[in-house]
Amino acid sequence: MPAHLSIKEIADSQAQLRRKKLVLFAFTLPLLLFVMLAFVAPIATMLYRSVYHPTVAQLIPQTLKQMQGWETQPDTLPDSDSLVTFALELKSLAGERRSGKLAEEINRVFPGASSLIKSTARKLKHLDEQEIIASQGTILLDSHKKWHNPALWHAIASAGEVWTSRYYLTALDLQLSPEGAIESRDTRIYLKLYWKSLRIALLITLLTAVLAFPLSYFLANASSAKANTLLVFVLLPFWTSLLVRTTSWIALLQTNGVVNSTLKVLGIIDQPLELLYTEFATVISMTHILLPFMVLPLYSVMKNIDPSYFRAALSLGAKPLPAFAKIYFPMTLPGLSAGALLVFIISIGYYITPALVGGTDGQMISNIIAFHMQSSNNWELAAALGSLLLVLILALYWLYDRMVGVNNIKLG
Amino acid sequence: MPPAVDNSCYVQFKNVKKSYDQRTLVVVDFTLDIAKGEFVTLLGPSGSGKTTCLMMLAGFEDVSSGEILVEGQPITHVAPYHRNIGMVFQHYALFPHMTVEENLAYPLKVRKLPDTEVKRRVANSLDLVELSNFGKRYPGHLSGGQRQRVALARSLIFEPSIVLMDEPLGALDKNLREQMQFEIKRLHEQLGFTAIYVTHDQTEALTMSDRIAVFDQGVVQQCASPDQLYERPSNAFVADFIGENNHLAGTVLQRNNDYTELQLSDGSRIKALTGDCPEAGAACVLAVRPENLFIASDKVALDNRINATFITQLYVGDFIRYFFQLEDKSEIMIKQLNDHQAPKLSAGAVTSLTWSVNDGLALNLSTT
Repeated sequence: MPAHLSIKEIADSQAQLRRKKLVLFAFTLPLLLFVMLAFVAPIATMLYRSVYHPTVAQLIPQTLKQMQGWETQPDTLPDSDSLVTFALELKSLAGERRSGKLAEEINRVFPGASSLIKSTARKLKHLDEQEIIASQGTILLDSHKKWHNPALWHAIASAGEVWTSRYYLTALDLQLSPEGAIESRDTRIYLKLYWKSLRIALLITLLTAVLAFPLSYFLANASSAKANTLLVFVLLPFWTSLLVRTTSWIALLQTNGVVNSTLKVLGIIDQPLELLYTEFATVISMTHILLPFMVLPLYSVMKNIDPSYFRAALSLGAKPLPAFAKIYFPMTLPGLSAGALLVFIISIGYYITPALVGGTDGQMISNIIAFHMQSSNNWELAAALGSLLLVLILALYWLYDRMVGVNNIKLG
Repeated sequence: MPPAVDNSCYVQFKNVKKSYDQRTLVVVDFTLDIAKGEFVTLLGPSGSGKTTCLMMLAGFEDVSSGEILVEGQPITHVAPYHRNIGMVFQHYALFPHMTVEENLAYPLKVRKLPDTEVKRRVANSLDLVELSNFGKRYPGHLSGGQRQRVALARSLIFEPSIVLMDEPLGALDKNLREQMQFEIKRLHEQLGFTAIYVTHDQTEALTMSDRIAVFDQGVVQQCASPDQLYERPSNAFVADFIGENNHLAGTVLQRNNDYTELQLSDGSRIKALTGDCPEAGAACVLAVRPENLFIASDKVALDNRINATFITQLYVGDFIRYFFQLEDKSEIMIKQLNDHQAPKLSAGAVTSLTWSVNDGLALNLSTT
């Protein structure tokens, strides 16, 4: 008998393996499709949106085409053909009631342009096309002195670019100068907000760790009946709506809330403290809400630490505290780091709680993203901010992997 | 200086009791003196209280009542880290985040020994357990036997005078276990520490110990040397727990200090050594080890003889077990070396079994 498989046997067993893999793959197919549709596709769209912005190009295509050669010359106005084309396009937009959209878009790159474009559009609406062509653009220039400003025209040209890094620059508090160089803005909004979100997330992670560690230790070493009962209390927040929990914090922290009235009755304060709508309110309520995410991995890791390790350290002559620090604590690190990672990543992109209790002080980056999506209608900027947040999280995860090692994480 | 230390009472348990719930006793009145350098095994089924005794000596469990003394000094209120007692745990308890060397150095570093001394001792210790090339490895990358040796080395490196071992070989396979038994004995003889060893494996206890305390239900049933324990068990529990035994029901006919005459349940009258057997007229049991029973023939005829019917045999390898039934249907098993004398019997064959007076033991009915 030969000690190896024949070619036919090899082929058969490979075919068998392939079939098995195919069947396994078929089982995951529904989930895969769901994830592609509900997760991957929106993220891809978001990334795409943050750099692709065709709105202006669709509104005034002819003008942008005509201005192409002129763009490189600063301090001059576009030629009269361009001006005429722009006036004609603005007139037709006004006729279709779409000039407002253009006004909004230009306003983003050139603050103050909104009213100018709107009023000019109203005027042009009533003029005859021939009249505009005959005037060689002077009608437009005469309608308002701002039209004489070359910077406005450069702004229009740059707003017309279909592919743009403008939103990313804005999200990083940078802008393009008229010469095309990258410079920082005078007011720093977004970097500050990223930094603040980072700081709040770190603080919450630290607080949950400090609170969860002794609790998990107690749970892991209690009798199983007691531990199970207490675990219900840990899990209880999961069973109540997030809104209810956050609202209860409002009830606690408001000016005439539980905390303030208790302190007043005890005579500790005369005037109610400003607790609600502060960063403090965001931190304390998010710590409460995210505590289970720290307790559960810590508990499950601690539960599996054989008490004989600690005993062994004692029997070898170590006093309880050093034995705890050198032997027990390092063994809890997989749980601690898993919990920290969970809490940190969840909290850095947290929205609802800061929105409800944070006021202006306790806002985080997701609140400003939501603002740009819902109120200012600047989806492109929201997308850029969101993708930067994603990049930030990935970068931190990479850093974390380098320092702690993702393989050391244990969720249970 | 304390009064001259009696070396035969190096470790003393005095009427030690232990209860976890203040109602049921896990350890009932445990008293034992252990000599310096002795190898004593606490043997018993699981839940018999042997590990609890060990933990009380190590300081991990409180003593509910009674006293434990080391060198004549009570240690009940000494913290475990001040007792200077080495301990090998059931699952080794090697610190997984430290290398073998770091594990070994830990007790020395805790004692603030200078680095050079720590290095020297760790190297010596690794030599001692023949693991010199494994110092940089993590416990997770060692085999069971190697881990066991590291655990042993770690419990010895700070030169404790007492070493406790809690079923240290429980997780090893049979061959490795025998090898490690030998290793532990070697280290014990070489270093001369006092060893207290807990196991539920009687073979391990018999081969390793100077003395064995057999536990059952929190009570020491007998504490004696291995041969004493095997040959003269003091009651039916020990007779059954140590080695194999046939238990035959009977009634005492006549009893004196050395020998007892009894009538077995099948009606035959036999003579046996007197164990803890009761007064004449009371029910008792006869314990005979299967290897001391023989199938009677012209060549083999000993003091006692009963009739039996052959049922079946079990082929074990180096020996064969034969199963017989007495006339009253009670079963009896004999064990015979698998040599050319091993008889061939067919089922239902009636033969007679024979054994020496000195190989049977008349005991009280088991209390358990």
